[in-house]
Amino acid sequence: MNGHIINGRITGISGPTVSVELPGLKLYERVTVGRACMMGEVVRVEKSRAIVQIYESTRGLSIGEPAVATGTQLTVRLGPGLLGQMFDGLQRPLESLYTEHGPFIQAGRESSRSWNARPLHFIPAKKPGDSVRIGEAVGYVEEGTIQHHVLADQAGVIAGIREGELDAQSPVASLSDGRPILAFHDWPVRLPRPYRRKLTHFEPLVTGQRSVDFLFPLARGGSAIFPGGFGTGKTILEQTIAKFAQADIVVYVGCGERGNEMAEMLDDFTHLEDPWTKRPLMSRTIVAVNTSNMPVAAREASIYTAVTMAEYYRDLGYNVLLLADSLSRWAEALREISSALEEMPGEEGYPTYLSSRIASFFARAGTVETLDGRTGSLTMILSISPPGGDFTEPVTQACLRTTGSFFMLDTDLAHRRHFPAINWFQSFSLYERDVSAHFEERVSKEWSALRQQTRTLLQREASLREVVEIVGTEGLQDADRLLMKTTEEIRRNFLMQSAYTDDAFSSPQQTLERIRRILTRHAAASGRLEKGELLDTILKESA
Amino acid sequence: MRLGQHSYSTILSIQGPLLFLDRVIEARMSEVVRIIFPDGHEAEGEVLKIEGDVVLVQVIGESRGLDADHTRVTFTDAIKQAPLSLSTLNRVFDGSFRPIDGRPMFIPDGWAPVSGLPLNPVARLRPQDLIETGVSAIDGLNTLVKGQKLPIFSCAGLPSREIAAGILEHARAGITDSSGPGSVVVFVAVGLTYHEHAFYRQVLERMRGDSVAFINLASDPVVERLLAPRFGLTVAEYLAFEHGRDVLVLVTDMTNYCDALREVSAAREELPGRRGYPGYMYSDLASLYERAGRIKGAPGSVTLLPIVTMPEDDITHPIPDLTGYITEGQIVLSRELHQRGIFPPVDVLPSLSRLMQRGIGAGRTREDHRAIANALYMNYATGRDLRRLEAIVGREGMSDADRKMLDFADGFEHEIVHQGTVRRSIGETLDASRGLLERFGLLTS
Repeated sequence: MNGHIINGRITGISGPTVSVELPGLKLYERVTVGRACMMGEVVRVEKSRAIVQIYESTRGLSIGEPAVATGTQLTVRLGPGLLGQMFDGLQRPLESLYTEHGPFIQAGRESSRSWNARPLHFIPAKKPGDSVRIGEAVGYVEEGTIQHHVLADQAGVIAGIREGELDAQSPVASLSDGRPILAFHDWPVRLPRPYRRKLTHFEPLVTGQRSVDFLFPLARGGSAIFPGGFGTGKTILEQTIAKFAQADIVVYVGCGERGNEMAEMLDDFTHLEDPWTKRPLMSRTIVAVNTSNMPVAAREASIYTAVTMAEYYRDLGYNVLLLADSLSRWAEALREISSALEEMPGEEGYPTYLSSRIASFFARAGTVETLDGRTGSLTMILSISPPGGDFTEPVTQACLRTTGSFFMLDTDLAHRRHFPAINWFQSFSLYERDVSAHFEERVSKEWSALRQQTRTLLQREASLREVVEIVGTEGLQDADRLLMKTTEEIRRNFLMQSAYTDDAFSSPQQTLERIRRILTRHAAASGRLEKGELLDTILKESA
Repeated sequence: MRLGQHSYSTILSIQGPLLFLDRVIEARMSEVVRIIFPDGHEAEGEVLKIEGDVVLVQVIGESRGLDADHTRVTFTDAIKQAPLSLSTLNRVFDGSFRPIDGRPMFIPDGWAPVSGLPLNPVARLRPQDLIETGVSAIDGLNTLVKGQKLPIFSCAGLPSREIAAGILEHARAGITDSSGPGSVVVFVAVGLTYHEHAFYRQVLERMRGDSVAFINLASDPVVERLLAPRFGLTVAEYLAFEHGRDVLVLVTDMTNYCDALREVSAAREELPGRRGYPGYMYSDLASLYERAGRIKGAPGSVTLLPIVTMPEDDITHPIPDLTGYITEGQIVLSRELHQRGIFPPVDVLPSLSRLMQRGIGAGRTREDHRAIANALYMNYATGRDLRRLEAIVGREGMSDADRKMLDFADGFEHEIVHQGTVRRSIGETLDASRGLLERFGLLTS
C-alpha cells in the first residue's frame, strides 16, 4: 500500500465499465467508485482518464460521483479457514452476505465479517529461541481434512509464539528483532504465486470415472477441458469429479452458470463424504460462485480468485484440483468488457488477446517444488460451452492448443442418455503414456494392454456400424456380431456410469475388474466360435 | 449531488429509439427520463450510456414525432421501478405497466427495481417439489419442479400455445390442491399477434384463480418487449417471496424478445455477435431466466416457462442455444411428430429436465419412476436409430429383435407421448409406461 489516497470523479459510464478522472492510476489497480463504494479494477490508462471495470451492476451510478484509488491490486486473502467456504467471484463470503443482507445480493455491500468467522485454533510447532527458515512451518491449524501449516515468510529467531485462536490482525509469532509472522496475507489474483521450479513427472489423478481413468487418464498438475453443447452433462461431470477425485483440496468455480445448480451442489456437498478420507466433502472444498446473473466483470475475475486460492494450497504441499464451469462464460465476460472498451475485435467478437489470456491461465497448472522444498500440484479441469455445440469456435480452439487432455462431450450420446457423454474417438489425453506406468505398477500389468484391446474393439465397431446401417446386423458374420455384442456391453456396463447411484465412483481396481470381465468373456466366446460353435448357442448360454 | 429534476432540450441526434443529448449535468446510469414531444405528449426513456456530458437515452414507446429543436427531456434522478401490490392480481397491463383492462391504476404498496437483484446462491432452496403438468412426456420423462425454468422449444406452426395452456391449467390445479395460499399465473406476452393473445386471454379467463398479465402486442413499441418480462418477473418475485404464492410465469415468445434486443443493440451501433445478436445476450437472458427459483425459509416459488420459437426449426440458433445453456432443461417439440398427428408432439430425446433427479422416486412420485424413465429412453433411442436402417433395408430385412424395437418406438409415440387433450396423472403416466415396457419384455426389474 502506498499510503496516500487520491480522490477523483466519474466522467463516463458504459455497461460494466466507467471512465474516471483520477491521475496516477496504474493498470490493474483497484479503485472504488460511487457513493456505494463499488469495487473496480483499472483496465486502461490514458493521459487524462482511466477506464475501470466495475464488479457490480452500474445501474444508478451517476457522473460526478467519487472515485478513489486504493494503491493495491485486486487481491484475495490467503490463510487458514478457506476450506468449506463459499465465496463470490471476489472472495466475499456468501454465507455472511446472506445472514447480514438477506437473500438478494445488493451492489456495493461489503460483508463486515471476514470469511474466517469460524474459530481457528493455532498450535505452535516452535518455541521461543528456535530459529526458523523462510517457508518453514512455525505451527499449524487443524482445518477440515488437513493440517494447515503456517509458514514463516522470513527467517530469524523466534522471540514469542502463542497457542490459541487466530485472528486476522495479530501475528502468531514474533521474531527476536520484532518482525511479526502472520497467519494471513493478501495476494494479487492476476499474479501467479512463485515456486522454486516446475516438475515434469506426472502422477495419475484418479477421478473415479471409468472412461476418464481408463481411456483418457488425467495427471496431477495437468489440465483438461471438456467442451459440450447444452445438455451434454458438463456440469454433472464437473461436480462428479469434484466429489470423487483423489485430491487433497478441491476448488470449484461456478463461473456464469446456473444458481439452482449451485444450490444443488452445495446441498450435495454438505451431505456427502469424500470417498478417500471419509470426511465430509465440504471440508476439502472451496467454492467460488458467480452465477450468470451476477455482475459480468466479477465473473471475469472469479477464475483468477479461484486459481490464486488453489495455488496457495499447492504451496502448502497439497494436491489441488481446480474445476471451472465454464470457461466460455469467462471468455464472454472478457468479450463484453472488451466491447465496452471499444477494442478492435478478433474472431467472433472476442478480443484478440483471448488465446494469450487462456494460455497464461493454463500455465498456472503444474506440479511444482515450492519455495520451501515441498511438492504440490495444481490440476485444472475446465468445461467449455461452445455455441451451438460447434467446436470450431475460438474458445475451444484456443484451449485445444494448450490443454493436456480433451474430453469431447457428444450431443448424440447425451440424447441416448449415454453419460458421461465422452466421445471415445475424438477425445485425447497427452498424459496417457506417463500415467499408464503408474496404473500398471499399482493396479495391474494388464492395464495398458486391456485399454488397447478396448480401443481396438470400439474402433472396429464403428466401422461395422457403417455396414450394419446398410445390411442390418443379420448380414454380419458371427465373429462381427459377437464383437458388436461385446462393444454394446462395454458401452452400457463400462463406459456409461450413473452419477446418481453407488456406481458414480469406481476405483481403478474396480474399473480394471469390470473391463477384464467383459474382455475375458469376449475372448472365451471368440475361442468357441473358432472351434465352430454357433454364436446363438454361445450367447444363449452366457445370457 | 443533484437535487430534483433537470430538463434539457439539447438533442444532438435521434436514431430510431435512441436519443443523444448534449450538456447534461450528472446523469445517472439507467436513470428514467421523461420525454416531452413537440406536440405535447409524453413518453418515458432510460439512460443507456454516459460519456462526459453526452448522454444516450433509449425511448420507451414510439419515437415517431420527435425533433431536435422542440423536444424536451427531463431527468428524474430515479431508476426504473415496478409498482407492487396485491392489487396487481387479476389485472392486465401493457409493457410499460399501464393498465389496459379499463380499470384505474392501483396504489402501490412498494416499489422494486425492474432489473431485479441476483439471488445469493447460498440463499437458494434446492428445487425438488414436483409440479404435475398432466403431460406424460413431461411428467414421466422430463419432470418439472417448483422453482425450475423449463423452456418449450417450438417451431413455427406447432401447437406450443395449446401445450403451454394445458400445462398452466393442470399445474395450477395441482399446486392449488395442496395447502398454501394458492398459485398465481403471471402471463407475459412479448410481441404477440392479436390472434394468439386472444387465445391466451380465453385460457386465463377459463382458469379460476389469480393471474397477472403483461401484454405487448406485435403492434406495440419494441422497447417495451424488453420491459414486459422484467415487470412480470418483478411482480412474480413479489408475490412469491413476500406473499408466499407459487407463481408460474409464462413468457411467450422469447424469440420476439431477443429480436427486440438485437434491434436496440443495432441502433446503438454495438458490435454484433452471432447472427447479429449482441454479445451480451447470454448475460441479458440470464438476468431474466435466473430469477426463477426458491428461497430458503420462504414458502413461495417462481417457476418460469418461456416459449422459444426456433427460427428455421434450428436448435443451434443463438436464441434456443443460449436459452438452453441457462435454463434447467428444455422441452423440444418436433414437426415430424406433429405431422404424424401426435399431440403433444414432444420429442423426448433432445428434451431434458435437469432438476428431475430429486423430484422423482420413492416418497416423491413412485419408486419405479427412474427405472421406467431410463428404460423408455434407452429403448426408444434404439428404436429411433433402427428407423434409419428400416428406410434402407426395409422391415423384412431386419431381425426379429430389431423389428420389436421398431414396434416399441411406435408404441411409445402413440401410447405414451400421444395423449390428445386428456390429462394424465403421474400415476397413470407411470402405469401406462410400465404396461408398454412389460408388453415388450423390456423392464428387467
